[in-house]
Amino acid sequence: MAVSSPTTDLAPARSARHRGRLPDRVFHGLSAGAGWLILVVLAAVAIFLFLRAWPALSASAEDLNAISWMNGASIATYVGPLIFGTLLSALLALVIAVPLSLGIALFISHYAPRKLAQGLGYVIDLLAAIPSVVYGLWGALWLAPVLDPVFGWLSGTLGFIPLFEGYTAPARNVMAASVVLAVMILPIISAVAREVFLQTPRLHEEAALALGATRWEVVRMAVLPFGRSGLISASMLGLGRALGETMAVLMILSPGYAVSFFLLQPGQHQSIAANIAAKFPESSGLSVSVLIATGLALFVITLLVNLAARAIIARRAEFSGAN
Amino acid sequence: MSKRIDVDHLNVFYGDFLAVEDVSMTIEAKSVTALIGPSGCGKSTFLRTLNRMHEVIPGARVEGSVVVDGQNLYASEVDPVEVRRQVGMVFQRPNPFPTMSIAENVLAGVKLNNSRISKSDAEELVEGSLRGANLWNEVKDRLDRPGSSLSGGQQQRLCIARAIAVKPQVVLMDEPCSALDPISTLAIEDLIAELKNDYTIVIVTHNMQQAARVSDRTAFFNIAGTGKPGRLIEMDDTATMFSSPSEKATEDYISGRFG
Amino acid sequence: MTTPTPLARAATSAPLEPEPQTPSPLAPRGGRLPRYVPYAVGAASLVFAYLLLLVVASPGIPSVVASAAALYAVAITIVSRVVEGHRWAVDRLATTLVTFAFAVALIPLVSLLWTVGSKGAALFSAEFLTTDMVGVFGDMTSGGVAHAIVGTLAVTATAALISVPIGLLTAIYLVEYGRGRVAKGITFLVDVMTGIPSIVAGLFAFALFTLIMGPAYRSGFMGAVALAVLMTPVVIRSVEEMLRLVPNELREAAYALGVPKWLTIVKVVLRTAVAGIVTGIMLAVARVIGETAPLLITVGILTRSSWNVLEGRMATLPVFAYNQYQQGGVGVDRAWAAALTLILIVMILNLAARMISRVFAPKGAAH
Repeated sequence: MAVSSPTTDLAPARSARHRGRLPDRVFHGLSAGAGWLILVVLAAVAIFLFLRAWPALSASAEDLNAISWMNGASIATYVGPLIFGTLLSALLALVIAVPLSLGIALFISHYAPRKLAQGLGYVIDLLAAIPSVVYGLWGALWLAPVLDPVFGWLSGTLGFIPLFEGYTAPARNVMAASVVLAVMILPIISAVAREVFLQTPRLHEEAALALGATRWEVVRMAVLPFGRSGLISASMLGLGRALGETMAVLMILSPGYAVSFFLLQPGQHQSIAANIAAKFPESSGLSVSVLIATGLALFVITLLVNLAARAIIARRAEFSGAN
Repeated sequence: MSKRIDVDHLNVFYGDFLAVEDVSMTIEAKSVTALIGPSGCGKSTFLRTLNRMHEVIPGARVEGSVVVDGQNLYASEVDPVEVRRQVGMVFQRPNPFPTMSIAENVLAGVKLNNSRISKSDAEELVEGSLRGANLWNEVKDRLDRPGSSLSGGQQQRLCIARAIAVKPQVVLMDEPCSALDPISTLAIEDLIAELKNDYTIVIVTHNMQQAARVSDRTAFFNIAGTGKPGRLIEMDDTATMFSSPSEKATEDYISGRFG
Repeated sequence: MTTPTPLARAATSAPLEPEPQTPSPLAPRGGRLPRYVPYAVGAASLVFAYLLLLVVASPGIPSVVASAAALYAVAITIVSRVVEGHRWAVDRLATTLVTFAFAVALIPLVSLLWTVGSKGAALFSAEFLTTDMVGVFGDMTSGGVAHAIVGTLAVTATAALISVPIGLLTAIYLVEYGRGRVAKGITFLVDVMTGIPSIVAGLFAFALFTLIMGPAYRSGFMGAVALAVLMTPVVIRSVEEMLRLVPNELREAAYALGVPKWLTIVKVVLRTAVAGIVTGIMLAVARVIGETAPLLITVGILTRSSWNVLEGRMATLPVFAYNQYQQGGVGVDRAWAAALTLILIVMILNLAARMISRVFAPKGAAH
C-alpha cells in the first residue's frame, strides 16, 4: 500500500529517510560535479594549448627557421602582424556593425509597429543561424563583386587618404572581410542592445514625453542613457565574436603579413584564426606548435575582451535599479 | 488521523537574523487554529516551520522543538521530506502542476514519490480526496483535463485535495484565500469547517473576519518594528480573542482591522 | 529571443507620436507635414536618383535605391526643417536613419538566402543527397554529400551526447542547488566559455587527443569534443533560463507533499520545462552543426561515408563545402549545393525547435 495508513506516526519515517536521502545526495553530487567540470574544461583548454605550444615557444631560432612560412621570424615577430590583422579586421567590423545594430535595436524596440516587433527580431536572429562557411561562400562569390565598384569609387575619390589608397580588384581585402564579419556580429549586438532598450524604465520615457519630447528626444533623453553600458558590452561581445571568426576571413581575404593600414589592398593582412585554418592541414611537428602558440594568443585576447564585456555588464547590473 | 502539536521555545533564524522569537504554543487536534498579525510579523515563517518548509530558503534554521504526537520534528534522525508527508500544506496562490491532469494532480504526492498504486486504489483515492475537497461534483467528468483549466477557487480546492490525498495528520494553510474572489473564499471556508472533523488545521490569514468565522483558536503575532523579531503576543479561544483579548496590542490590531 | 514586456511594448505604441492633423494651439510652430509628404518625398527621391544616375552613369537597381535613400534622408530633413522646425526635423532624420539601418540589415539576409538557394539549386538533387565522392574527379558533375551528411550527423550527435548531460546537470546545479560564490563563479566561467573562438576549441581538442593518442590521430570524436566545448555553454544558458521560468510555487507544492528534492527536480521542474529545454538543445545543435573551423583541423575530410566516430577522418558538410570551394571549378557548384543542404538542415532544426516549444508547452490556464 503506497499511502501511509492513518495510524502512521513519524517512526517509519526514520527508516524511509535512507531511501530518500541517498539519491538526493547522489543527484546533488552529480549536478555539482557537472558545474565544476566547466572549470576543469576551461583550465584544460589553457593547459593543453600551452603544453602543445611549448615546443614552439622554447624552440631555437634555427629550428623555427626550418619552417618555410615563418620566413626567419621569431614567434613574437610572426604572431605580431597576425594579432594586428585580427584586431584590425575585428575593429573595422565593429565600426560598421555598431551603428547599424544601434539602429536595428531602436527600430525593433521603439519604432516598429509593436505587432511586428517580435517577428522582426526573429528575422535578425536568423542571421545568427547561418553557418560561417556559408558566409564565407557568400562573401567571396557574391559580396566581393558587389563591393568592387564601391571600393573602386572609394579609392578613386578618397584615394588621397592612405586608408583607401591603391585598391586593386578583386575585393579580397580586409575591408571586404570586415563587412562580412560585421554582418555576422549584427545579430548578437542588436539582440543584446534591444533587450537593454526594452528594459528602459517606462517612467523615464513618460517623463520625457510629458515634457513634450519627440520620439527621437525620448530615445536620446531616456533610452540611450539607460542603455549606454549595455550597448558597450554588447559591442564587446560582438568584438569577441569577430576576433575568433575563422571561415569568413579565410575564404575572403587574400592574406599577407604586413602591419599596414591599406584597407583596400589585398595581400596585406591575415587573422590568427584564418591563418591557423589555412596552414593547419599541411603542418606537422614544430609548425603545428607554432600555430597552436598563435591560437593561445587568440585565446588570451578573446578572453580579455569577453572579461571586459562581462565586467561592464556586471557593473551595470549593480547600478541599475530598474530590475 | 489528526494530531496535536506542541511548540516549545521556538526561534527561527534567517542566517543571523532572528525572524521569530521564542514561540511556545499548543495546537489542539481536530481544531482550526488561526494565526493573525500584521505583515512581516513572522506568522507565515512560523507556519512553515511546522512542516520544515522554511528549510527551502537557504540559511534558514530553527532552535527549539515542534512535537507532533510525541515526535520532535527537529530531532536529528527525522527526515524533513517525511515530515512534509505527515504535515501537508496549502499555499497562498493555487499551484496545481501545469503538466498534470486533475486526477494526476490529486495523485501527485503518490506518483511523484515513485510509489506504485493500483488503478482501482488510484481511482478511489482521487474520488475520496476530491470529495473531501468538495470538488468531486464539479470535475468528475473532466478528470483528465489539465489542472490549470479550473477556476482559481477550484484550483485551490484541487490543491487541498492534493494535500489530503497523502493522508497527512495536519494541514497548514498559508493565506489560502488571499488570491480568490469572495464566493470561492466562502467555498474554501466551508471546506475548512468540514476538514476539521478529520484533520488538525493551522491557517494564516490577513482577514480578521475569516479568522473569526473559521477558527476555534486564534494566535496573534506582532512585531515591535522593522528588524525586530516577530513574537507570539497571545493565543486564546477565538471568541475570547475577538471579544476580550488580554493584551492591548491584540485589541488594537483586531479593532483596527475588524470594525 | 526577446519577448518585450507588456510595459515596454506599450511604450512603443501610438502615444509616442502625436500627429495632430489640424493646426491647434498645441501643434508645433508652423504645423506638421501632412501624412502623404514622406511618401511623396520618397517617390521624388527615387525619380531624381534615377535621372541623376542616367546623366552620370548607367543606373542599376542597387545604385538607384542607395542614392534615393540618401536623397530622401536629406530632403525629408530639409522639408521638415522648413515646415515643422528644428526639433521635428531631427526626429524625422532619426526615424529615417533607424528604419534604414534595419532595411540595410535585411540586404545580406535576403541576398544570402537568395544566392544560396539559386546557386545551390544547380547541383542540388536527390542524387546529390544520396551519393558520396568516391571516384569523382576532374570536371565530373556527379558526386554528392551523402557521406558528409553522415559525418555531420555522427559528429554532431556525439557532441550533443557529451554536452547535453553536462549542460543539463550544470544548469540544474546553478538553478536548484548552487548559491553563493561557487554558483557565481561557475556562471562566470560559463560566460567565459561562451566566448571561446571555435578555432581555439578545435585546437584544444587537437592538443588533448594528439598528446594522448599520437600526433597523427584524427577522428570524429575529436571534432565532437571540440563542438561540445562550444555547445555546452549554450545548452547551460538556455536550460538555465527555462528552469528559472518554472515558478517556485510548483517546487514548494512538491516539497509540501513530501517529495524529495531530486524527484521534485526530475518530475516537476524538468517536466514542466521540458519543451523549453528541448527547444534550447535543438537550437544549440543548430548553432554547432555549421561549425567549420574546428572540424577542419580535427576531423578533416574523406570521400566516402564512415560511421566510425572513434577512428579516422570523416566528411562533414561544412568542411566539405569549404573543401569543394577551394578546389574551384565544379567544386564551387558543389559548395553551393552543400551550403544549401546545410542551411536547410539548420532551418529545419530551428523550425522543429519552435514547433516543439509550441506543441509541448504546458497548457496554459483557463481560456
